[in-house]
Amino acid sequence: MKLSATTLTASLLVSVIAVLLAIPMMLQWERPPMDSTQLGFRGLGMEQITNPRIAETLKALNTLPVPDDPVENDGVLVKNDTENYKNVQVLGDLDTAQFVRLMNAISTWVAPQEGDNAGCAYCHNLENMASDEVYTKVVARRMIQMTRAINTQYKSHVAETGVTCYTCHRGNAVPANVWATNPGPKQAGGMAASRDGQNLAGQPVPAYASLPYDPFTTLLNTPADSIRVVATTPLPGGTGASIRATEKTYSLMMHMSTGLGVNCTFCHNSRQFSSWEESRPQRVTAWHGIEMVRDVNGSYMTPLTDVFPANRKGPMGDVLKANCATCHNGVNKPLYGFSMAKSYPELSVPNP
Amino acid sequence: MMMIEYQNIFTRVQVHGPDDLGVPMKPGNWPREKGITTNYLLGIIGDAQLGPIYLGGLGIMSLLCGFIAIEIIGLNMLASVNWNPIQFVRQLFWLGLEPPPAKYGLSLAPLREGGWWQMAGFFLTASILLWWLRTYRRARALGMGTHIAWAFAAAIWLYLVLGFIRPLLMGSFEEAVPFGIFPHLDWTAAFSIRYGNLFYNPFHMLSIAFLYGSALLFAMHGATILAVSRLGGEREIEQIIDRGTASERAALFWRWTMGFNATMESIHRWAWWFAVLCPLVGGIGILLTGTVVDNWYLWGVKHGVTPMYPLDLTAPVIDPATAQ
Repeated sequence: MKLSATTLTASLLVSVIAVLLAIPMMLQWERPPMDSTQLGFRGLGMEQITNPRIAETLKALNTLPVPDDPVENDGVLVKNDTENYKNVQVLGDLDTAQFVRLMNAISTWVAPQEGDNAGCAYCHNLENMASDEVYTKVVARRMIQMTRAINTQYKSHVAETGVTCYTCHRGNAVPANVWATNPGPKQAGGMAASRDGQNLAGQPVPAYASLPYDPFTTLLNTPADSIRVVATTPLPGGTGASIRATEKTYSLMMHMSTGLGVNCTFCHNSRQFSSWEESRPQRVTAWHGIEMVRDVNGSYMTPLTDVFPANRKGPMGDVLKANCATCHNGVNKPLYGFSMAKSYPELSVPNP
Repeated sequence: MMMIEYQNIFTRVQVHGPDDLGVPMKPGNWPREKGITTNYLLGIIGDAQLGPIYLGGLGIMSLLCGFIAIEIIGLNMLASVNWNPIQFVRQLFWLGLEPPPAKYGLSLAPLREGGWWQMAGFFLTASILLWWLRTYRRARALGMGTHIAWAFAAAIWLYLVLGFIRPLLMGSFEEAVPFGIFPHLDWTAAFSIRYGNLFYNPFHMLSIAFLYGSALLFAMHGATILAVSRLGGEREIEQIIDRGTASERAALFWRWTMGFNATMESIHRWAWWFAVLCPLVGGIGILLTGTVVDNWYLWGVKHGVTPMYPLDLTAPVIDPATAQ
C-alpha cells in the first residue's frame, strides 16, 4: 500500500493528539487493580473502592504514635502546689506528675522541633512559665478545653477512641489540613461577571470539579447554613434548596470523601442521598462530626481571632479552622482507630 | 490486506468529480459562493468537494450573534482569572459564566451578577434560532422536506427548556444552566441530586431509551448498508422504489435473525423519530422537574416506580436531627 504525504500527516496528527491525551491521564488517573469491598445490599453499587498502592502511602503518612509511659502520682494536685504552679486555669485538678507528663507530651505533639522557639518555649516564656505573654499558651489552654469537650460531649462522633492534640497536630504547630475563608485568586472585578465562589481549577476543595471552592465558611461554621438541599416531598411545596446551595453541599461532600478516603456510598445509598433509612450507620456518625466541627470552629477557634497574629490567619483575617480532614487526614478512622486518648485520661474529663 | 482495507473506518472511495454547483436557485436567493475546492482529507470522511457555501442574511446574522455570545462568555471567563491568558488556557474547562442569583428573579440582573449571562444567553439563543431558520429556508430553497429543521428544533426545545422556559416557570433565572464545560456538568449533577435523582423521572427514562435506541439503530443501519455495499447497497434512495439484490439480502438477514425488517425508507423514519424523541421527551422531563415534581425518587416511591431493597431492621438508621 502506498502512503501518501497527507495520510502520513493525518496519522502523525492523530498520534500526537493521542500522546497529548495520554499524558494527563497517566498523571491524574490511578492504574488498576483496585480493591473493592461490598458495603450494602447486592446490586446497589454500595462498595468501597480503595487503591492498595495509595493505601500504603497513606499508612506511611499516618504512622501510629507511641504514648509516653505512665507515671506514678506525686500525690499533690497542681492547684494545691501554689508555690510551683501559678496561673494553671484548666488543668489544676491534675496530679503534678500527670501534669508534667502531659505538658511534655504536648510539646512533642505540637512543637517537637529543635531550637529556641520549640518544645516548652513554643508556648511558654521559659523565665516565667506562668506568664500568658506568648499567644500560643492562650491558644493551647483553649485547645485543651476543646479536646476535653470533644471527648466528653461528642462521644457520638469520637466514641471511646477520643482525640488528643496529636490527632490533628501530628508534630506540626499548625495541623496540616485546616481552612480559612477562601476568596480565591484575584478576579478582574468592575463590571466583569463574578465567578460566584466557583469555577476554578487547582483549589484545595473540591478536587477536580468546578464546584464552589469554599464550602466551609457557610457550612462548617457557626452559624451554619443547612447542608440539606434535597426536596423532602414528592411534589413542590416542601423544603428544597437552590441549585447553588446544592453545589455547595456537593463540594462539602467531596471534601468529606477525600478527607476520609471513602466513596459517597460509605455513608449514602447514592440513589437518594437524603434518605436516612437507606443510609449506612456511618452517616449518623458523620452527622455528629459535622455538628462537632461547627462547634469547634464557632466556640473554640473563632473566639481566638484576636489572640492569633496575622500570619496565623487566612487571607480574609479569620483564624484557621477545622474540617473533616483536620483529624481524619485521609483515613476514615483517624490513625486507623488507634486510641491515644486512653493513655491520657485527663483529656477525657469534663472541663472544670 | 484486503480485509484491513475493507474494514477501515475511512471510505475507500474518493468522491472526486467535476465541481457540483447544485440545482439552479429561484429568485430571492443570494448567489452561492463561487469558491469550490476539493480536499483529500475531506474525501476520506465524505465528499471531497468543499463549497459552494450559502451564507445569506440569516447565516451572517447567526454567526454574528454566536460570535457575540462566545465573546461575552470567553471574556468573562478571562476576567474571572484576572485577564491572565495562561490561567485562561490552563483552567479553561473549569471556568464559567453563572446565571443571576435568585434575588433577581426574572428581571434584568446587574452585569457582574448574571447580567452578562443573560446577555450571552440572548445572543446565543438568537444565533441558534437564526440558524434554525436558515436550515428551514435552505431546505425549502432546494425543494427538500424540512425534516432537518424539525430535528434541529427538537434539540433547540431541550436547550430552551433548560435555559429559558423552565426558569420562567420557576420564576428565577437562577434555575438555569451556567455556561462553561465543567460548570454545566456540575450543574447537571447538582440538579439531579436537588430534585431527588432524575433517573426516577419517567421522561428521563424515555429519553435515555431513545438515546441508546438511536445509537443501536444507527449501528444496525450503518452495519447493514456497509455489509451490502459490495452489492450496491449504499444506493439506498434508488432501492426504496427498486429494491435490488442488496436490499433483498439485507432484509432477509434481519428476517432470519429477528423475524422482521425495516424497509430502505422506513429505517430512516425510525432513525429520525428516535433521534428527535430523545431531546423532545428529555425536555418534557426537565420541564416537569421542580415545577410539577420536586423529588423524583419520592414520586417514584409514591407511585410504585422505585424498587425497595431489604434494610437492616435490627439497626435502623434514623435521622439524628429528628432525635433532638
